[in-house]
Amino acid sequence: MTDTPLRIIETERTLLARFREWWSGETANPVKRVQFDRPLTPWLFILPQMAVVVIFFYWPSVQAVTSSFYIEDPFGFGSTFVGLENYQDALNSSEYMSTAAFTAFFCITVTALALGLGLLLAVKADKVIRGAETYKTLLISVYAIAPPVAGLIGMMFFDMHMGPFTQIAGWFGYELKVGINYWDTAIALITISVWKQIPYNFIFFLSGLQSVPVSVREAALIDTKSGWRRFKDVTLPLLAPTAFFLLIINITYTMFDTFPIIDVIVKDKPANNPMTLVYKVYLDGFKGNDIGGSSAQSVILMVVVALLTVLQFRFLERRVHYG
Amino acid sequence: MQKIKPLDHLILILGVLFLFVPVLMTLMSSTHGAVEIHSGGLYITPGSDGAATYAKVLTHRGGFTGDVTGLLMLTNSLIMGLGFAIGKIALSMMAAYALVYFRFRFATLLFWMIFATLLLPLEVRIMPSYQVMSTLGLLNTYTGLIVPLLASATGTFFFRQFFKSVPDELLEAARIDGAGPIKFFIDVLVPLSKTMMAAIFIIMFIYGWNQYLWPLLMTTDESFYTLMRGIKSILQVWVGSQIPDYNEAFALAVLAMVPPVAVVVIFQRMFIKGLTESDK
Repeated sequence: MTDTPLRIIETERTLLARFREWWSGETANPVKRVQFDRPLTPWLFILPQMAVVVIFFYWPSVQAVTSSFYIEDPFGFGSTFVGLENYQDALNSSEYMSTAAFTAFFCITVTALALGLGLLLAVKADKVIRGAETYKTLLISVYAIAPPVAGLIGMMFFDMHMGPFTQIAGWFGYELKVGINYWDTAIALITISVWKQIPYNFIFFLSGLQSVPVSVREAALIDTKSGWRRFKDVTLPLLAPTAFFLLIINITYTMFDTFPIIDVIVKDKPANNPMTLVYKVYLDGFKGNDIGGSSAQSVILMVVVALLTVLQFRFLERRVHYG
Repeated sequence: MQKIKPLDHLILILGVLFLFVPVLMTLMSSTHGAVEIHSGGLYITPGSDGAATYAKVLTHRGGFTGDVTGLLMLTNSLIMGLGFAIGKIALSMMAAYALVYFRFRFATLLFWMIFATLLLPLEVRIMPSYQVMSTLGLLNTYTGLIVPLLASATGTFFFRQFFKSVPDELLEAARIDGAGPIKFFIDVLVPLSKTMMAAIFIIMFIYGWNQYLWPLLMTTDESFYTLMRGIKSILQVWVGSQIPDYNEAFALAVLAMVPPVAVVVIFQRMFIKGLTESDK
């Protein structure tokens, strides 16, 4: 069965036809050839999940969108509709823009380093035989460490009195002041975030490498003696789907999951310290009590994440079909 | 086959040093006294104050109300991890079952409604989520800690993929034998999914145990503090103290990281399978 004719039919379906399918619950390709046909039982099974999703996902999400159009009185006496003012305020503020710029820089640096180092270690771990399991276990174990714990450990290593990294920097005549100097803090945040993310990338790259068939490896070995060329022309293209998947995951990780690391290092003292957009949403909403502004920022972030996730899904679908 | 150069081992050893030595130093430093750490830096060899420090962290009543002990936080973290993992598996298996094995009205719509949750992580909707929770009166409850986190589709997605790969003949056979949908679910699908459930359980337990932002918002009552929440408060105590309790902070970090790390190391194979096949 080829894919092309099906896809043409798909594009010809009108919106109304699609809606009718949704309504009746019939899809062009049902997931199972045989299905139960009961009116009530499926609801019984799906209801708990739907209840949780509607109450704890859709309700707050809708509320984020609506409150982004209002300015709330700080003492809780009602709110005023202001249209897009919150969005304009956010996008016009130089503080928001510099936070956005740092978030972009942070994302690029952490993603590049974590992916690069994860790949390097995976390629080497795939090659060695002696001690392979020990290396693997030691490298993977860090995955389970929570970001706030990673932040705490990192804070100790960058501590101004007794942190080893501060001492090492001192040997080179540099005084590392994490928490006070903007770029020193940025270096600490990047180091800790990369440290925390390497094991994840390592696991995925290694399982990607190990699924490369032996026959392909041997054929490549006959073709060229150069290890680098083998890697570049054979292994890397085969790893491309994994790498793309990880790219998106890593970007989402740096944007959202690094929150605890930033919270531990910056410790509610945002003055002259770098932070990400997500952390700013939290600070403005909870510490600054600017609910409208915080919601507008949330909505802007929602759009960014939604785009990233759609990208990820398109890709996942491709991998399911052709991979 | 390929030649293995010493350089490969060197790179791996450097990688292990970078990743694992901080963990080891945390563990070792937690057995030294605060003054010792303050003057001598971090240690890579065990000290002699370990027992005293851990006993103090586990049983000493601290915090503002003087009720919270390390043991209590450990219990809360455990409740959080287990509750989240079990709840996630139960909810998502049932929802996936309905979506895959039934033909019913709105199925596609419900499918998209559940999967849209993957679009927005909790972090972008914290403020409104907090308001909803306080409206519902769920602040400072275990329900409030666990249930809202279940509103994501990761598990449902995974079980849906798995159920789709289950051969159709099983259902046909079950129907010939006269099994209804509930019997089929409990007697055929659940036993069949045991390995998958275990893999998902490991990942979800770690996810629940490691939650930070949500407990931070949901719990002001210290008797609901998890270890992650405890880390935040121990850091707040530090501000202004002469010699911070480095040793206690390290001991708390060790308590917080040992259970998930142990789970990953012990169930390594299953964990990797669950992680790479679910595409979380």
